[in-house]
Amino acid sequence: MVNLRGLVPDPSRLVTPKHEINLWRRVTDHLATAFAVSTVILVLTPLVAIFGYLVYKGIGSVNWAFLTQTPKPPGEIGGGMANAIAGSVLILAIGSLLGVPLGIGAGIYLAEFGRNRFGDLVRFVSDVLNGVPSIVIGIVAYALVVLRQKHFSALAGGAALAIMMVPTITRTTEEMLLLVPNALREAAYGLGVPRWRTTMSITLRTATSGIITGVMLAFARVAGETAPLLFTAFGNQYWNWHLDQPTAALPLQIFTYAISPYDDWHRQAWAGALVLIILIVSAVAAVRFVVRRGTLGGVA
Amino acid sequence: MNSSDGVLADGAFNWVILGCALFVLLLLALIVWQLVSRSQLSWHAFGWKFFWGQDWDPVNDQYGALPFVYGTLVSSLLALVIAVPLAVGVGVFTTEMCPKWLRGPLSFTTELLAAIPSVIYGLWAIFVLVPILRNYVEPFLARTLGWTGLFEGAPYGIGMLAAGIILAIMIIPIISSITREVLQVVPQHQREAVLALGATRWEMIRIGVLRNARAGIVGGVILGLGRALGETMAVTMVIGNRPEIARSLFAPGYTMASVLANEFSEAAGDLYLSALIEIGLALFLVTIIVNALARFMVWSVTRGQPARARA
Repeated sequence: MVNLRGLVPDPSRLVTPKHEINLWRRVTDHLATAFAVSTVILVLTPLVAIFGYLVYKGIGSVNWAFLTQTPKPPGEIGGGMANAIAGSVLILAIGSLLGVPLGIGAGIYLAEFGRNRFGDLVRFVSDVLNGVPSIVIGIVAYALVVLRQKHFSALAGGAALAIMMVPTITRTTEEMLLLVPNALREAAYGLGVPRWRTTMSITLRTATSGIITGVMLAFARVAGETAPLLFTAFGNQYWNWHLDQPTAALPLQIFTYAISPYDDWHRQAWAGALVLIILIVSAVAAVRFVVRRGTLGGVA
Repeated sequence: MNSSDGVLADGAFNWVILGCALFVLLLLALIVWQLVSRSQLSWHAFGWKFFWGQDWDPVNDQYGALPFVYGTLVSSLLALVIAVPLAVGVGVFTTEMCPKWLRGPLSFTTELLAAIPSVIYGLWAIFVLVPILRNYVEPFLARTLGWTGLFEGAPYGIGMLAAGIILAIMIIPIISSITREVLQVVPQHQREAVLALGATRWEMIRIGVLRNARAGIVGGVILGLGRALGETMAVTMVIGNRPEIARSLFAPGYTMASVLANEFSEAAGDLYLSALIEIGLALFLVTIIVNALARFMVWSVTRGQPARARA
């Protein structure tokens, strides 16, 4: 219902000169516009400041040593984050390996069989999971994996990230599959194609690019996560490729260096932040590129 | 392939994807079970007093979580006070005021803010935001608003105010994208009807648009609150990490999430670990309630269209 109060003038006020009311309303209108414009400027300022500062501080600090060496002991100048970069890749690979198939599977279920109470429950639970603070996910991964293995590990870190990826992937997969026209499914059934074949080769293939976008969204979201890794992957000053050992990760290293008292470590924290952003953006861009240009191009 | 193969494969496929869906439920059950069972020790030792006690003393095995609860609430509310007008302003500007060509780039740029990892916000806050607060903003606030008691004491830069500001920057994208979403579903004829009555643009927005979308915007705000409550890294890096309750926003504080981040991996002793997990459980329950409420409110406005809430 549209509320007309304030629009239809009160009869007693009709005697006031028309331009006076108009002036007041015009001024309010301009004030509102000015307010909205200034909020946009205020919101964009930190964005520009963060990116600008990141590039300005980071570019000078990213060098060959940073990308190839392991950290030096506290207080010594030099060294790098090579092991942390590799560790992040390892942990993210584990997380994706566990989380992506699960999320896509649950998404398929919701889209193809989920028009019932059980489907609604799964949908609700995955929304709930999406809102669980990442530090709490870290506690659970600690309790489930670290306490069992008796030490911090890349596996525990990967498991924590996987738990965070599942809900996002589930919901985007469902959304994308629902966009596929039913006529396609019916055409396949009509040709005698079994249901699983239809889902895998028709429905899923048609929605591939959308699903990959969803996966990348989830990936980008967890790639910079620090909190769930604090007591799962834990960090490491040296190279490590064992899945059951403490492993360095780029976000963890940035955190440790940022709160340290050493100038050289601060410099490296900025470098690490820049590398992290570049890794995330290029991973997302690479997958998008492959989807658009590569063998999958004709699918979407 | 003959038909019996197809039936068999169909059955297997159905079971696999049903298993995936069940696993999603299992994940939540695992989270609840782990948090509840592992916090029992602390729950039996302190009961409800856990949330009223002010002493956090691992050496003597005394745990009271009130300073953390206080820090979480105050920093999140402060973030809302700063973020809500800005985010709603941006949402209104992008849907109602800005030229069409600017709409896409503007929403893309605000979403970029959501893609920056929390630890990078923290890094920026330590080296850019905190010095600015210490040298300019806090002395100014102390001079002009010092009489309120909210802005007194030494301006360290690090403290509750810094945490609130960085949280505000982080939750603005969520609130503004939800605002945009609910404003977009307000029917066009509402706007036209109000304009036809001779309203100015602002009156049209106020009467025709905002009034209809109110519940959805509030939902977005609560969703932002949910995010702020659980946010860990950036806050840990600037709040000062001292378990004290102070009136002044300049004073250092501590939040539930940051005490977990700082102390969990070093918690020696079963009761200590259990107390920390109980804080985790409380954080989990609060964010779930807040999120459920928010989703319900957004849903009540965008009903029919899938809510693309990106929290």
